[in-house]
Amino acid sequence: MFINQISIFLENKPGALNAMTKVLAENNIDLRAMFLAEAAEFGIVRIIVDNCYSASVLLRDAGYVCSITPVLGVQIPDAPGGLNEVLNDLTEANINIEYMYAFLGRKNARHAYMIFRVNDNGAATAALSAKGIKVLSPDAVCNL
Amino acid sequence: MERYYQPEIECMSREELTALQNERLVNQVNHVWNNVPYYRKKMEEKGVTPDDIKTIADLHKLPFITKADLRDAYPYGLMGKPLKDCVRIQSTSGTTGKRVVAFYTQHDIDLWEDCCARAIMAAGGTDEDVCQVSYGYGLFTGGPGLNGGSHKVGCLTIPTSSGNTERQIMFIKDLSATILCCTPSYAAYLGESMKEMGMTPADIPLKAGIFGAEAWSEEMRQDIQNTLGIKAYDIYGLTELSGPGVSFECSAQSGMHVNEDHFIAEIIDPNTGEVLPAGSKGELVFTSLTKEAFPLLRYRTRDICMLNYEPCPCGRTHVKMCKPMGRSDDMLIIRGVNVFPSQIEAVLLKNGYQANYQIIVDRVKNTDTLDVQVEMTPEMFTDNMGEIARRQRVLIDGLRSMLGITAKVSLVAPKSIVRSEGKAVRVIDKRKI
Repeated sequence: MFINQISIFLENKPGALNAMTKVLAENNIDLRAMFLAEAAEFGIVRIIVDNCYSASVLLRDAGYVCSITPVLGVQIPDAPGGLNEVLNDLTEANINIEYMYAFLGRKNARHAYMIFRVNDNGAATAALSAKGIKVLSPDAVCNL
Repeated sequence: MERYYQPEIECMSREELTALQNERLVNQVNHVWNNVPYYRKKMEEKGVTPDDIKTIADLHKLPFITKADLRDAYPYGLMGKPLKDCVRIQSTSGTTGKRVVAFYTQHDIDLWEDCCARAIMAAGGTDEDVCQVSYGYGLFTGGPGLNGGSHKVGCLTIPTSSGNTERQIMFIKDLSATILCCTPSYAAYLGESMKEMGMTPADIPLKAGIFGAEAWSEEMRQDIQNTLGIKAYDIYGLTELSGPGVSFECSAQSGMHVNEDHFIAEIIDPNTGEVLPAGSKGELVFTSLTKEAFPLLRYRTRDICMLNYEPCPCGRTHVKMCKPMGRSDDMLIIRGVNVFPSQIEAVLLKNGYQANYQIIVDRVKNTDTLDVQVEMTPEMFTDNMGEIARRQRVLIDGLRSMLGITAKVSLVAPKSIVRSEGKAVRVIDKRKI
């Protein structure tokens, strides 16, 4: 159960991110999660949106270079040690995490949510599900 | 007091010089006709034979030779001597990545070193001097040329080659170098470094510098003269013709005397190829008169220049050329190295990028910088930051091995490179030279 993340190439200069979010705003795309990785002159912004397909078409039409990456959305208890427990399970299953980022849901205050980019989505999902950790479906992410 | 390495030649009357050129031109034309089939064919195509060339007034009848010819004939096609008679090659980058390889007999090297010796003595050098050669040694002609010239003058020669600035300064100070040979930008950099080390011109014995292989302004000359406490002299040359010493500055510091006993200079209209009258601005064309292994008749340098035949206060009679004022092709000279945009394009395409790029050249603290901006493409984009960085390094390595200098590579957004009338502006040269 993967979530499609859009990764977008941006130049690292004033207004570049803003110009991209403008495209999303003008087209009523709802941002659910976002993460910005930066190098000296460029950055990659990673977003989870309610409508991945139309957002990626809109961005490409606006001249952006982007790609779609399957990532995992994981629900973790919003309590001390919550993340640690999830990571324990991934370590046990020998899963490598390339990057991850957190986001909050709108309704359920007892949970936090993490997006994981790992080397093996299937193995990671299996490892987490086996321990009763909830891996989110695309629909679930949009409705949090 | 003006010093000359070969006063009988450097100060000979124009009549004697013309007579010498006439005789040598006839010999050189016969040499290529008899020994270089590529050249003979070019002459035949133009309907010229050695019989048509009796004096330098007939020079215009000969076909031009261009960098494209050097590429077509690479590597041996323009040789005037068998390989067994050659003792050296030097090399520089060419238009499409193919290098220019020039061959030398021992005689060629002797004459080249004579030219460099003239430059060193014109800068005041004698056998009492200590001459530090901080041009690169190797395929680049700068180091080997001035090294040989320095030997001929009898200077104690310090062959430091380029780089390792602290060691350069240590040698200048500890071994009392009086003459420095390097690129002007490196001279300026050495001056800055000395200042940072708390040294003043009074702390070093340097008195003169011979700087070439790249364009530099009169302001830069003043700057270098002040920071190093020396007189700074310009020197010009091309690997194709020999190397540095095709022309050099004298004490008048008002243009470079062309070694006319070895090279005839012409100024042509770069569009029509027509020879322009004395004093006109146009493309500089050289004809070698004495070369054995790699003779070149009417070689188009692509440097835009002017010639000055007025008598020089230094006593030399040979014509003076001004600093090159630009290029009639798209070649850039960056840190003394010839760079063609087509070479950069070739590296980009080879590495999976498209030809959407821009080259930005600047001069920061007297050192040239090269920034290659490349538009990101869907094919080259990946969500993996490390992979993008790796591809960027591959590109930098590829450019370094193609150009011989390090470039910065910046990845920019698609369509962000300014296009004028649909055509991308390939080169932005911000240097104020």
